[in-house]
Amino acid sequence: MSFRVGVVTFPGSLDDRDAARAVQMAGGTAVPLFHASDDLKEVQAVVLPGGFSYGDYLRCGAIARFAPIMNSIVTAASHGFPVLGICNGFQVLCESHLLPGALTRNSNLHFLCRDQKLKIENTNTVWTSGFKPGQEIVIPLKNGEGSFQCDDETLKMLESEGRVIARYVDFDSNGSRNLIAGISNERGNVVGLMPHPEHAIEPLTGPSTDGLTFFTSALQQLVGR
Amino acid sequence: MAKIIVEVMLKPEILDPQGQAVASALPRLGFTFAKSVRQGKRFEIEVDGDPTPAQMAEVEKAAETLLSNPVIETYVVKVEK
Repeated sequence: MSFRVGVVTFPGSLDDRDAARAVQMAGGTAVPLFHASDDLKEVQAVVLPGGFSYGDYLRCGAIARFAPIMNSIVTAASHGFPVLGICNGFQVLCESHLLPGALTRNSNLHFLCRDQKLKIENTNTVWTSGFKPGQEIVIPLKNGEGSFQCDDETLKMLESEGRVIARYVDFDSNGSRNLIAGISNERGNVVGLMPHPEHAIEPLTGPSTDGLTFFTSALQQLVGR
Repeated sequence: MAKIIVEVMLKPEILDPQGQAVASALPRLGFTFAKSVRQGKRFEIEVDGDPTPAQMAEVEKAAETLLSNPVIETYVVKVEK
């Protein structure tokens, strides 16, 4: 039996098809979910994909947060339902207060688009359990507002609780505090990541196949439930 | 008809690269007055007649939940006649 993983499409989502493809490649069944419906269609996990939901108007992810599907996701997430937010999805998770902090304009004001090396720091989350602690991976990074910001107290909490799941390596920095590329919630079921694992699942189209492990991790965790 | 104004600014401790870019462009155009610049947002909300206390409370709530992100921003609500 294959597990059902929902991929949400908001108006302006770009990477929903790639995320669905990554779910399939990892051995899951990708289920398209629509922003305007609150129906999770009995999925066992959800991916919020990259893109420019609602044109990034107001703030990235700010309007997507109020989509009917997000009400269902926020409720489910508080009960341990696995959620991965990639890029714009990460921004939506922060705006929804499922994750602390916020993503702001890259400090050099450039839209960054490159293959980026990351160090996986926490392998206890649903989405990173298949990595080795300290493992270095290369996946694409592409965003204009990827600078992770939070207050000192939150930063201290994230670091002391090991909730930084990935950090940039060899990076001239987008201004992200402590070179944070991704974080998780306290329980480890909700993960937000700025770079794009769904674009690194096949040698033909990606810089590596490192990204696939995020998806296989979650499917493995579902088996254990 | 009154206008309710909501002004949103990044908190002082949050880096504002857009404001910095404006600050560095000013001297290139011969404007030398600016020590620093920070950029924010202004919302103009029209209502019929004078805003009621209930409406103002609603605007306050909207400013806190949608118009600003309290993690990185502060807001001010005021009324213009």
